[in-house]
Amino acid sequence: MRWPASLVAGSGTFAVIAACALLGPAIAPFPFDEMNIMARFLPPGATHWFGTDEFGRDVLSRLLFGARLSLLMGLGATLFCLLAGVPLGLAAGYYGGRVDEAIMRLIDLVISVPPILMGILILSMTPPNPWKTAIAVGIIYVPIMVRLTRAVTLEIASEEFVLAARARGERAWYILGAEILPNAWPPIIVESALRITFAIMLGAALSFLGLGVHPPASDWGLMIAEARPFIAEAPWVAIAPGVVLCITVIAVNLIGDGLREILDPRLKRGRG
Amino acid sequence: MLLYTFKRLAYIAVILAVMSVLIFWATQVMPGDVAQMIVGQFATDEQIRAVRGRLGLDDPVHVQYLRWAAALLRGDLGVSMMMDRPIGPLIEDAILRSAVLAGVSIVLVAAIGIFLGVYSAVRKGTAADHAVSIGTYFFISVPEFFWAIIVILLFAGYLGWFPATGYAPMSDGFGTWLQHLVLPVATLVSGLVAHVSRLTRSSMIETMQSQYVIAARAKGLPEALVIRRHALRNALVPTITVLAIDVGMLMGGIVVVETVFSYPGLGRLLIFSIEQKDIPMVQAGILTVTAVYAMANLAADLLYAFFNPRIRYGNAVAR
Repeated sequence: MRWPASLVAGSGTFAVIAACALLGPAIAPFPFDEMNIMARFLPPGATHWFGTDEFGRDVLSRLLFGARLSLLMGLGATLFCLLAGVPLGLAAGYYGGRVDEAIMRLIDLVISVPPILMGILILSMTPPNPWKTAIAVGIIYVPIMVRLTRAVTLEIASEEFVLAARARGERAWYILGAEILPNAWPPIIVESALRITFAIMLGAALSFLGLGVHPPASDWGLMIAEARPFIAEAPWVAIAPGVVLCITVIAVNLIGDGLREILDPRLKRGRG
Repeated sequence: MLLYTFKRLAYIAVILAVMSVLIFWATQVMPGDVAQMIVGQFATDEQIRAVRGRLGLDDPVHVQYLRWAAALLRGDLGVSMMMDRPIGPLIEDAILRSAVLAGVSIVLVAAIGIFLGVYSAVRKGTAADHAVSIGTYFFISVPEFFWAIIVILLFAGYLGWFPATGYAPMSDGFGTWLQHLVLPVATLVSGLVAHVSRLTRSSMIETMQSQYVIAARAKGLPEALVIRRHALRNALVPTITVLAIDVGMLMGGIVVVETVFSYPGLGRLLIFSIEQKDIPMVQAGILTVTAVYAMANLAADLLYAFFNPRIRYGNAVAR
């Protein structure tokens, strides 16, 4: 199968960013927390490609270090969202009745709070930690995943092969796992790609508000927050992580578009 | 329609009741001892005990909750610990300022978004259409807090057209008030316009291919009239839904934008009180935002039903 251009460009860019995140400490020119008072607010140059911040720390090194946390928060949130949302959606769609009712009421409760506020509520209770941010962001997007999985399950559950499996007397977990789930993946995967971008942005926003990582460690959101007071003297300290954040989001968005083109049967028919 | 509205209102009341329990429980486990914070670091044990007794902090949690909830129902939101003032008026002022920000933003989002959507739908496939679609793709990918910083850097720092942060009341003069509003509104609008314009575009393109638009053209109506009177009306129904979703995103954006621009609205009040561990304020603030959010969603659903004649919520409730 030929990959659409958006998928090639998106996954290529994302692969580079992910590689930088993985190799971060190894390829960083300086330790991320090495201070040098003599080298405060150096503009981008030969030694410090992206300049230095208010403590004379190398912005590029901090960016590489932060990449790991930012990506982990986005991916971790989406993973949590999948692990919680897909089973709930399957159960709601397959069993219907009381189970469906109970799950959907729970979902209503989660969506009754505006997204970022839910994150704030969860994170303000306990000391910050990147994993907690990931879970908080994940919880916010669970309702969308549940609704999507439920809708897909409802559709597939009335197909003949599922009815046949039921007639054979297969157990519910077998039907869900072996008959329905393999056919439900395409829209779930497309939605997951979209969730990753939202999760990266929301995670960064929560960090920006001081509810994510603890200094001196830093992710991109916190880097921008820390650079804000000095924005007039040293704009590069804020702009570098911001631009990288945007590039990452665009890359994942492109991957999502590409996947949709491959996986969404409606779109394919439209193009053919 | 009336029955539907009533049912939804009852449902909102249930949600708020459940939320109040959750919020109360959540703020109870927030780190830090309230009494300790009121009397300060160097207080003696007796002083702390006295404050705990006065605030009833040693009572069982459910007793504390019931006391708080009963006061809420009487309209008493409690007293802010940090500012030592009743919370009601504080929240009232903040909400009004946030509402100005949100109101101006959502009107602009709708106006600009629909215009861009229709503009690019009518010019489908041209350079202008591509420019709009690349532009919106870019705007969707820039988080609000970063956008805010770019805007401050450019328009407040470099060009010096607008104040970087802060708020001026209307009594300082309309011009000053407006100047302080421009950058926060621009930040909020930039992200949301993209959603509206993209959806309007696709829905408009679909409508332009429908039978009745073809019929309208066939009877010789000028294109502008076809677009305005026949296509736009129907194309806008899905746009209203996305605007409703955007109200939720707008409320999230407002928290961030108010923090960055030091705009004294409800979002900033909430973040400030979380930082200060001002628990009564956090409780009241989150509950207020939830209530406003629920009402905004209800309003959006009712508007949707109003504009879409196929759905008039009678006996069949959507869920």
